Amino acid sequence: MKISATILTILAVLGLGGAALAAEELLGAGATFPEPLYSKMFDVYYSQTGNKVNYQGIGSGGGIQQILGKTVDFGGTDAFLTPEQLAKSPDNPLLHIPTAMGAVVVTYNLPGKPQLKMTPDVIAGIFLGLIKNWNDSRITGLNPGVQLPGDPIVVVHRSDGSGTTFVFTDYLSKVSPEWKEKVGAGTAVKWPLGLGGKGNPGVAGLVQQMKGAVGYVELSYAKKNNLPYAVVKNRAGNFIVPSIKSVSLAAGASMPDDTRVSITDTDAKDGYPISAFTWILVYKEQAYGDRKASKAKALAKLLWWMTHEGQKYNADLLYAPLSGEVKTKAEKIIKSMTFNGQPILK
Amino acid sequence: MRRERLFRNLLRLAAWLVGLNVLVISITLFWGASPTLRHFGLGFLWSSHWNPVTDEFGALPFLAGTLATSFLALALSLPLSLSMAILLGEFLRVGWLSNVFKSLVDLIAAVPSVIFGYWGLMVLVPLVREAEMWLMPLGQSVGIEIMPYGVGVLTASLVLAVMIIPNTAAIAREVLELVPRDLKEAAYSFGATRYEVVRSVIVPYARSGIFAGILLSLGRALGETMAVTMVIGNTNEMPANLFAPANTMASVIANELAEATTAIHYSSLVAVGLVLFLVTTVINFIGTYIIKKMTVQA
Repeated sequence: MKISATILTILAVLGLGGAALAAEELLGAGATFPEPLYSKMFDVYYSQTGNKVNYQGIGSGGGIQQILGKTVDFGGTDAFLTPEQLAKSPDNPLLHIPTAMGAVVVTYNLPGKPQLKMTPDVIAGIFLGLIKNWNDSRITGLNPGVQLPGDPIVVVHRSDGSGTTFVFTDYLSKVSPEWKEKVGAGTAVKWPLGLGGKGNPGVAGLVQQMKGAVGYVELSYAKKNNLPYAVVKNRAGNFIVPSIKSVSLAAGASMPDDTRVSITDTDAKDGYPISAFTWILVYKEQAYGDRKASKAKALAKLLWWMTHEGQKYNADLLYAPLSGEVKTKAEKIIKSMTFNGQPILK
Repeated sequence: MRRERLFRNLLRLAAWLVGLNVLVISITLFWGASPTLRHFGLGFLWSSHWNPVTDEFGALPFLAGTLATSFLALALSLPLSLSMAILLGEFLRVGWLSNVFKSLVDLIAAVPSVIFGYWGLMVLVPLVREAEMWLMPLGQSVGIEIMPYGVGVLTASLVLAVMIIPNTAAIAREVLELVPRDLKEAAYSFGATRYEVVRSVIVPYARSGIFAGILLSLGRALGETMAVTMVIGNTNEMPANLFAPANTMASVIANELAEATTAIHYSSLVAVGLVLFLVTTVINFIGTYIIKKMTVQA
C-alpha cells in the first residue's frame, strides 16, 4: 500500500516535471488598457496548460517599439499600426489580432448624477470650449426633464499619452470638422482648454472634486466606480447607452480582413459610437532570430485560446467580447501565421 | 602593501565609474534629442507650441513651469527651513524637544513624493480652490483671470515648498553647529544679544553651508515629478498667472513618454530631459561659484 503510494507520488512528480519541460514561456508588452483582462486570461491559461505568459503594461507606444525590436513575443496596442510603422518590417509583416473591445464615456459632476443625452456636436462643442455653461440651450434642448445649473463647464482631459485619448479624439475628429482642423487625433493632443489628470483615476478625481467638471474615462472604469455618463447619439440617429453589448455591436460595421480599422462613429444601428478594439501584434513568419517551432506553436495556440475560450472573461472584467464576425476574421489571421513558411495551426 | 594598492585602485575605479555614469547619461540625452535639435534648433527653447498631432514641439511652457514652481517653492520654504535650522543649531541644540523636531524634519525627507502629491490633491487643492473663489472678483477688477481650479502653479509650489524643507533645514543646522565657540563667546563678551550674535556672527560664518543646503533644495524642486504632476493641472501652455494650470519638464516627460508613438515626439521628450539636465547643471555651477565666493569672504 505504502510503496504503491510512493510510486504514484514519484510518477506524479515526474509527470509534472515533464509538463514543465514541455511548457513554453511567452513574453508580451504594451497597452495598459487590456492589462487587467490579460492578467486574468494568462492566469487561467497557465493553470490549464502550464504555459506561462508574462505581460508588461508599458503603454501602446512601448509595445510597438518592443515588437519592432523583437524583444518580446507579442506586443499589445490600442492603436493599429500606421503604414509607416508597418513599413518598418517589410519582409515579415506584423499581424493585428483583436482580443477585446472597450469604450470611452463622457462623465461629469452635476447634482443628482443625471444621465444626460449628448449629440456629437455637443461633445465637440464642450471640448472645443464653444459651449461654456451647463444651461446652454444646446444641452438643455436635448435633456428637457433635467434641471441643469448655470455653472461654467470645466474640461478635464488625460495628461498622460493614452489609447483612451486616441479613441476619444479620433471620434471627435470624425464627427467635427472644426475639431479635426484645430486639434486632430492622437494619444496626446494640444487641448484647446482644460486641465489634465493622470490616468483614468486622475481624470475622475478632478471631475469629482469640481462642480460642473466634465471629462472622459474608459467605460469599465466608469462602471466600476459608479460614475455618471452620457448617452450618445450615433450615426444612425439613435441615442445609445454605453454598455458591453452596445460596444460589441459597434464592430458590426464593415470590417477589413486585417481588422485594422477605427470603429468610432460606427454606422452600426445599435452600436455605441466611441468604441474601439485593442490588438495583439505578432509576426506572420514566426521563424525569426533563434525561435523554436515549439514557441511559435505555443504563441499561436495562446492567441486562438484568447479569441475563443478566453473571451468569456471579457464581460466579467467589463470589456466587450468580440462579435462572431470579428472572431472569424481573427481565426483567419491566426491561421495565416507560419513557421518556415508552413502554417502553424491547421 | 599589495592590499593597500588594491584598495586604492578599487576606490579609483568606483570614482571613475561614477564620473563615467554622468558622461554616459549626457551622451545618451544628446543622442536621443538630436533629431529634435536638428529639426527645431534653438527654436525648441523659445517655442511655446507643443502639439504631438502636428509634430510641433517647443519646451518653453515646461521650462517656465519648472522655474516658476521651483523658485516660488524655494521662496515659500526658506523662512520655515531657516528658522528651523537656526532654532535647532543654536537655541535648542539638545533635549527631547530638539530630538523630536530633528526626527520630524528627517521624516519629511523620508516621505515618498506620491504621498505628498496625494495630500496636495486631497487637502491643499480644495483649500486653494476656496481661496481662488474668494480672490476671483478681486482678480477681475485688476484684469487677472482666476479660475477656481484648485490645481496650478501655486498649489504645486506649496507642495514642493513643504517637500524641500528638510534639505535646507538639515544641512543648515549642521553647519550652524560647526560655528566655533570662541567666535560666539567673543561676541557675547562684547555685550551682543543672542539675536545680534545670530545675525552678525553665526549666519555670516555659516552662509556658504546654508547656501549649499538651499542649492540641494532647489535641485530637488527642479526634478520633482510625481507630486507636481498630481497638482499642477498638466496644461501644456504658458501659465498666465500664479493660479493658472501649467506643466513642468519632469512632469511632461513622465506623462507622455510611454505613449509617444512618433519618433519626433519621443525625441522631443528626450530633448526636454536634456534641457532639464542642463538647467540643473547650470544652476549647480552658479551655486558652486557663489559658495566659493562666500567662503573666501568669511
